[in-house]
Amino acid sequence: MNKWENNRAWLLTVPVLVIVAFSSIIPLMTVVNYSVQDIFGPGQSLFVGTEMYKNVLRDARLHEALWRQFLFSGLVLLIEIPLGIALALAMPKKGWGVSFSLVVMALPLLIPWNTIGSIWIIFVRPDIGLFGAFVNNVLGIGFDHTARPLDAWITTLLMEIWHWTPLVALLAYAGLRAIPEVYYQAAKIDGASPWATFRYIQLPKMRGVLTIAVLLRFMDSFLIYAEPFVLTGGGPGNSTTFLSIYLVKLALGQFDLGTAGAFSLIYFLIIEILCFVFYQVLKNVGKGTGT
Amino acid sequence: MAQIEMDGVAHSYLRHPEKDADYAIKTIANIWDDGGAYALLGPSGCGKTTLLNIISGLLTPTRGRVLYNGTDVTALPPEKRNIAQVFQFPVLYDTMTVYENLAFPLRNRGLEKDAIHRRVQEIADILDLTPFLKQKAYGLAADAKQKISLGRGLVRSDVAAILFDEPLTVIDPHLKWHLRRKLKEIHEQLKLTLIYVTHDQMEALTFAEKVVVMYEGEIVQTGTPEDLFENPEHKFVGYFIGSPGMNFLSCRLEGNIAYVNGLGIKLGKQTANAAQKTAGKLEIGIRPKYLEISPRPVENALPAHVKSFEDLGSYKIAAILLDEKTLYARLPEDAPLAAGNVWIVFPPEKTKLYADGRLVK
Repeated sequence: MNKWENNRAWLLTVPVLVIVAFSSIIPLMTVVNYSVQDIFGPGQSLFVGTEMYKNVLRDARLHEALWRQFLFSGLVLLIEIPLGIALALAMPKKGWGVSFSLVVMALPLLIPWNTIGSIWIIFVRPDIGLFGAFVNNVLGIGFDHTARPLDAWITTLLMEIWHWTPLVALLAYAGLRAIPEVYYQAAKIDGASPWATFRYIQLPKMRGVLTIAVLLRFMDSFLIYAEPFVLTGGGPGNSTTFLSIYLVKLALGQFDLGTAGAFSLIYFLIIEILCFVFYQVLKNVGKGTGT
Repeated sequence: MAQIEMDGVAHSYLRHPEKDADYAIKTIANIWDDGGAYALLGPSGCGKTTLLNIISGLLTPTRGRVLYNGTDVTALPPEKRNIAQVFQFPVLYDTMTVYENLAFPLRNRGLEKDAIHRRVQEIADILDLTPFLKQKAYGLAADAKQKISLGRGLVRSDVAAILFDEPLTVIDPHLKWHLRRKLKEIHEQLKLTLIYVTHDQMEALTFAEKVVVMYEGEIVQTGTPEDLFENPEHKFVGYFIGSPGMNFLSCRLEGNIAYVNGLGIKLGKQTANAAQKTAGKLEIGIRPKYLEISPRPVENALPAHVKSFEDLGSYKIAAILLDEKTLYARLPEDAPLAAGNVWIVFPPEKTKLYADGRLVK
């Protein structure tokens, strides 16, 4: 009896419901709404059911962008995670060097994303860029990210690595600092080599932070937009057109909201599924079945 | 196995130590006999762990030498010293199975697979770990984990000594007893030198053949549990061992009589003779167990006043006021005792004299 009277407490959740509704549920549902219609202009649309999804799944350019995206995210993870760990291992453990290296590491993370694109455009310019001019004039290797797809890829990857490896390094550093000294002492007593110490103490103890690092770097690199958009605009040709760049071209460039809506939902699903898989795998890495 | 000698070892954590107080370990010279079971007893912060880390090589002492069987190993790192250490909290290699954990020190030393296998099985048997060998180590209970840490030390057949740094801190009380017994068994079976750090006197007294008591960076006494009780060589040992601790009273000496605010207490001849040669602040000390209480005046007794007493079941503790100083006496359960005036006797052979905290003998 009294049970029912107290249910007004549920009202306390209203603010959260409102915020979540406006921040994610309503926008997501709008996209769902777009994805089942063919939209010609404001107020002019036609319900087409799953046709947009079929179009998207058959779109060859989207397939290309998807594989390009997988290749990019894969390379990013393969390079940034080991490099970040190596940096963290090399960072000083005490003294003034600690704060110095922390600040230096954090610098690229503080720069606005489109500014990063601009910095790199100048950096790799063959005529005046520090990197571009050096490679072209001093090393004598022709390098032009606006003309050659491979050069565009190298530039985009370098930019991404420069921008985000510090995050991985900072996370790994935090993980390393959290390992109690006694583990290192035990390893010394057991006669463990530096490699064995890394493999059996440091790496397993960093699993938590590295899981977060992998998830963050995967999601961010899979969603990458601003930096390559500024740097290459998706070119030359379509060679650096990643999923998000293609999506924006569809939605805003061609005002193909139905296709873009279907595309967004598929994109969203891919990230959700992959993150889930990564998380499950990383959570169980190195754990046994202990009863 | 080895005899371990500390030759004038001192250690400071500061880079440029100046005063005595800068040293965590003040000059220590001590020999740990081969095959002995030692307890290193002392309050928190007295330098026990520092001393242990110097023996194992995790720390290099500021001064002095560490010798294993007469060989100077001061400059050698732990992995070259053949020493094993078990820490306060179990240290395990989480990703490895119990078997791999036990095999790890041997694999690092490049032993052959068959030899490793035999040795791991043997040690797992001694420690009752055989059923767990194939499991991952991280899921086991604290006592099993600590046994694995111990096993990693035992598995090396040539180990000079095994050092324990308060290894039972995280173990449940009923399992502590079990593990302590296991350690004793292992000691009898393998005749290894064991050094066991603890701040728990019960643990020290039950485990060890010899107890080394540390206080403020110094070893103040090494002896059997009985020695520590009967002849505390330092005031601190008197306080620390026994419950309640020893009674101390400031005094001044005339001949073989110690005067505590005008009340004379007769001392043993030997003590009185030795005292003639010592200077410093004098105190007499007596164990609560040896204070004799009488309801009537007797020979050599001092008048005192019973303030309160506690009945602890098998014995009684009386708080006695002697000229404004409180003394504790441990009395048999059937001792007739009431609050009020009593006479107390300090038996000369049990009354010790201390000069600046050290036993006069």
